[in-house]
Amino acid sequence: MVGWAIAVHGGAGVDPNLPHHRQEEAKQVLARCLNMGISALRSSLPAVDVVELVVRELESDPVFNSGRGSALTEKGTAEMEASIMDGVGRRCGAVSGVTTVKNPISLARLVMDKSPHSYLAFAGAEEFARLHGAEVVDNDYFITEDNKGMLKLAKEANTIMFDYRIPTVLSDTCGASVENPLQMNGLPISVYAPETVGCVVVDAQGRCAAATSTGGLMNKMCGRIGDSPLIGAGTYACGLCGVSCTGEGEAIIRGTLARDVAAVMEYKGLGLQAAVDFVVKERLDEGKAGMIAVSRNGEVACGFNTNGMFRGFATEDGFVEVGIW
Amino acid sequence: MGWAIALHGGAGDIPLTLPPERRLPREVCLRHCLQLGVDALKSKKSPLDVVELVVRELENNPHFNAGKGSVLTSSGTVEMEACIMDGNMKCGAVSGLTTVVNAISLARLVMERTPHIYLAFDGAEAFAREHGVETLDASHFITPENIQRLKQAKEANRVQIDYTQPMQKKEEDTATADGDSQTGTVGCVAVDSDGNLAAATSTGGLVNKMVGRIGDTPLIGAGTYANSLCAVSATGKGEAIIRGTVARDVAALMEFKGLSLEEAAACVVKERVPKGNVGLVAVSATGEVTMPFNTTGMFRACATEDGYSEIAIWPLTKD
Repeated sequence: MVGWAIAVHGGAGVDPNLPHHRQEEAKQVLARCLNMGISALRSSLPAVDVVELVVRELESDPVFNSGRGSALTEKGTAEMEASIMDGVGRRCGAVSGVTTVKNPISLARLVMDKSPHSYLAFAGAEEFARLHGAEVVDNDYFITEDNKGMLKLAKEANTIMFDYRIPTVLSDTCGASVENPLQMNGLPISVYAPETVGCVVVDAQGRCAAATSTGGLMNKMCGRIGDSPLIGAGTYACGLCGVSCTGEGEAIIRGTLARDVAAVMEYKGLGLQAAVDFVVKERLDEGKAGMIAVSRNGEVACGFNTNGMFRGFATEDGFVEVGIW
Repeated sequence: MGWAIALHGGAGDIPLTLPPERRLPREVCLRHCLQLGVDALKSKKSPLDVVELVVRELENNPHFNAGKGSVLTSSGTVEMEACIMDGNMKCGAVSGLTTVVNAISLARLVMERTPHIYLAFDGAEAFAREHGVETLDASHFITPENIQRLKQAKEANRVQIDYTQPMQKKEEDTATADGDSQTGTVGCVAVDSDGNLAAATSTGGLVNKMVGRIGDTPLIGAGTYANSLCAVSATGKGEAIIRGTVARDVAALMEFKGLSLEEAAACVVKERVPKGNVGLVAVSATGEVTMPFNTTGMFRACATEDGYSEIAIWPLTKD
């Protein structure tokens, strides 16, 4: 028996000028979700159930970029994706192109538990959802006024440049809202920050699980898939650990970040925090991302090379922390 | 050091009794594609160009499960996916294609013409049309053999992975329901004499798969991977390859445990994925090649600059 541990995140890459009330709001959501996870762990729910219920709560809250409050496609719609992985048996489930399912993470769980496959997308995923009676709503449900405004700004900012590593001069087109040069995925950080959500848990039996959910990139092309539903990129869990990543999706995919944390633990014998530090330092080239992780020994860790990451942690011995910077 | 190339047409429970009319056209195609790839490497084409052109050829051949000749979904439609990765870490992937003649080339376009890595379904098809990529009516990709395979799979009420079961239903077929053939993907990896690497994989997926099902092929680190050490393309049961992050693990074992290409690939195939589920082809920056599989067979071919070449289906017998 080990002590349980849980970590949640609401995205890596935070606007340094984020108004104080927005920071407080975000921390409150994180704290609430963390507490739900803690209660579940105290009632001996297995890790895979805990990560699902915590991410469901994050999806239902409009504050972060998942479920309700998702970033919008270039067409102004919400197109969501999610994945879940159970360290026991490395079972996994993922969905992309979800437009009406209220909780994409639960659909990913259904794929894992009730289909012969690991990953369903678009019309096929939606059909599967209906077959299994998953709760569905109109796409409007997911769209917030905030994000409609952000989409407009993103379009004005001439959005995702072909090579988003080339700094763009935006201050003259964007007006006063763009005060700082921080960018992620080619957009000024005041307009768009990833805010993907995720949760990783190790329960008292040492079982690890991970779950990640997102609306994806603001103003993305319809059909664009990021790292969140990709096992080994945004999400991974095995006998050793559970990992959930967030940040520039393409960088996370190239770096196979979530898998690499587990791989350096397994193949190089690194401990959890050392593995996270290694991956953030060595596997991100010019990309910006962050991650949370737990190990089967009851440890939590996080790492990010971005400006801040919305996160919360708790361990059975009473350690609790919610932070942004 | 020197160039090297390897390609596959799927790993699975390929019966030793595979009739000549099913075996020979595939061998001919493997030989032809190997020659195409070797000629391209000899004329100093980049490995990225080489793997794309070889996989295009395999996609166009109706005997393999990619492009024309793709297996069918439960609805009788074709949904193709592909992925390409350069050793410098640039990559592109597509899923859910129904009319694009060469999925691998669309994957390359995603890599080179968008800030994204992965486009799927309607969005990918729209992107193809925007860029004038060759498309044909969905019926072009459907072959009578695959209509038959789907029928068989529905009768047996299981998801089948191609190639194994002969066309005529025999009594012993249903008895081998657990030994599902695990083939169903094409791929190519190549390295030039400067150590530049590339990998490409393309597929129609699983027979009778659910509409919208995505397998390992387009997932970086699962079915396809390349970095500065090696390039890998995997084939077999997609769900097992995803769980095992097969392609990434070969490279990770080399990088983090110092294993050789052959050792790393053998380790992944023998110890990290259940038997009967996977095969792969891989090359290293130093011109080595390996083609391990834990299935009955794998359609494969390889060649290296020092003159070695091999075209085979089942394990080579050791004398």
